[in-house]
Amino acid sequence: MSELDINPELVRRILKSFIRDEVLKVGALGVVVGVSGGIDSALAYWLAVEALGPQAVLGVAMPYRQSSGESLEDARSVAGALSGQLTVADISPQVDAYFEQFPTENRTRRGNKMARERMSVLYDISQDRSMLVLGTSNKSELLLGYGTLYGDMAHALNPLGDLYKTQIYQLAEHLGLPPNLLSKRPSADLFAGQLDEEDLGFTYAQADLILFRLVDQRLPTPELYELGFPPQVVQAVLERVRRNQFKRRQPLIAKLSSRTIEIDFRYPRDWGY
Amino acid sequence: MTERERPLRVSLVQQAPRLGDLRYNLEATESRLAEESRAGQDLVVFPELSLCGYFLKDLVPEMAIRLDGPELQQLGRAAGRAQAMVGAVIESRDHLFFNAAVIVGGEGVLHVHRKVYLPTYGMFDEQRYLATGSAVQAVDLRFAGAGTWRVGALVCEDLWHPSAPYILSRRGTDLIVCPSASPGRGVAASEPELGTASLWSSMLKTYSALFTTFVAYCNRVGFEDGHYFWGGSSVHGPEGQALAGPAADQPGVTRTSLDRRLLRRARIAYPLLRDERTDILNSALGEVGQR
Repeated sequence: MSELDINPELVRRILKSFIRDEVLKVGALGVVVGVSGGIDSALAYWLAVEALGPQAVLGVAMPYRQSSGESLEDARSVAGALSGQLTVADISPQVDAYFEQFPTENRTRRGNKMARERMSVLYDISQDRSMLVLGTSNKSELLLGYGTLYGDMAHALNPLGDLYKTQIYQLAEHLGLPPNLLSKRPSADLFAGQLDEEDLGFTYAQADLILFRLVDQRLPTPELYELGFPPQVVQAVLERVRRNQFKRRQPLIAKLSSRTIEIDFRYPRDWGY
Repeated sequence: MTERERPLRVSLVQQAPRLGDLRYNLEATESRLAEESRAGQDLVVFPELSLCGYFLKDLVPEMAIRLDGPELQQLGRAAGRAQAMVGAVIESRDHLFFNAAVIVGGEGVLHVHRKVYLPTYGMFDEQRYLATGSAVQAVDLRFAGAGTWRVGALVCEDLWHPSAPYILSRRGTDLIVCPSASPGRGVAASEPELGTASLWSSMLKTYSALFTTFVAYCNRVGFEDGHYFWGGSSVHGPEGQALAGPAADQPGVTRTSLDRRLLRRARIAYPLLRDERTDILNSALGEVGQR
């Protein structure tokens, strides 16, 4: 048994209650979630339907014309399995219109633009339907900074942010998500053939074990070397965690007064709920 | 002796207070308290900071009430013949803010325990916002028909320091009540239940057996800023036996009756209280001093 093994039924119960509690107490009618065809968003969608029922959950597939057709099919299969709602919003026109004005072949720029278009669509629907935007970033991605700031990282609630990628698979399997989602290699699908683990230079299986020891157990790095983790991977992981700290924080405010937002003006987000 | 008196009827009320909404929580507490009182319950326990919510941060001064203020009087009236233990931020005359468990009845405030151990680590930040209590006391509470019970309150983290229940034990406490706002964590497959729940459950069982006393635990439910409060309210008897609970993680009331003859039985079977060597403790504490 690995230290990363979770009690999936317990996690399911907590996350369902979390979604239900945080949505209902603020008076929202449900959640809207971008469904990419990948495991994380499928799992978030699944948990939301279990928590709130299919009528209170809207999945939105937002393909760009170069996105893999398989992704859309996978998104449909997840919604189909739950008799859930799924709508398709093609983001190609607005993305293409932008890059006609500001052309680039830079994959990061193009990918980030698409992620932020999707965010923009989700927040528009959120306003229209009085639904909260449900996030799908897992703990591995958040720690490694493998996400687009104000893109997929923008959302109101995130049930998955304290689960490592390997734990996402455990939970998804326990919930009975379609098997082809479980066997797919993780991809941000920002361009054809993209694979997370190639971008990162290490596997999630490796990174998760390292992150668990660094973050959860707070082991000093020499102890990780003693445990046999390759120093270059440990260093690469650590450096990503440090370098991407800015993505996990609100923007910095220059302090001038005696009470500054985020510094010494401190209120819970659930204030009054 | 009180042998012929009926058992003490205790209610543990698991609630999810509205964070930072004193008025709403006060009304909810009042109606639940009145209901328990009408049902003939003697002692109605609410969780830690039940009148305001837990992760208050800068809301602490706004949520504070006074011991002589109208809120506690209102609850005292609602208690009828019962007595209630509620959780509140109590502001002192010199404007210090305490995380307190207050026992209130028809006659007014009967006892106050100001939390002694304010956790300030990990997700906790209590010492940033709150003042630290400096005493662990017990109080004799008289219940019509159920006699007099010596009751001590310890708020959540207080119980993680064995000296706190130890002091109550030395004070001859019959019932230790622990109102709590324990955020759950630990979902490893190697544990049969939530890590936090399993630690608490062993602790409550162990304390009740070691101090041969009743231990009642009342934890809240609901979520605040992503923190999950897991409920699990329970009562253990003076031989460590589970008498009620653990409750599930939903709002609800656990009602139970405490037969004080169990105290006598336990202390005959396990005279731990009698045999405790406070002389050794005193001299050892004198030697090690303050660390």
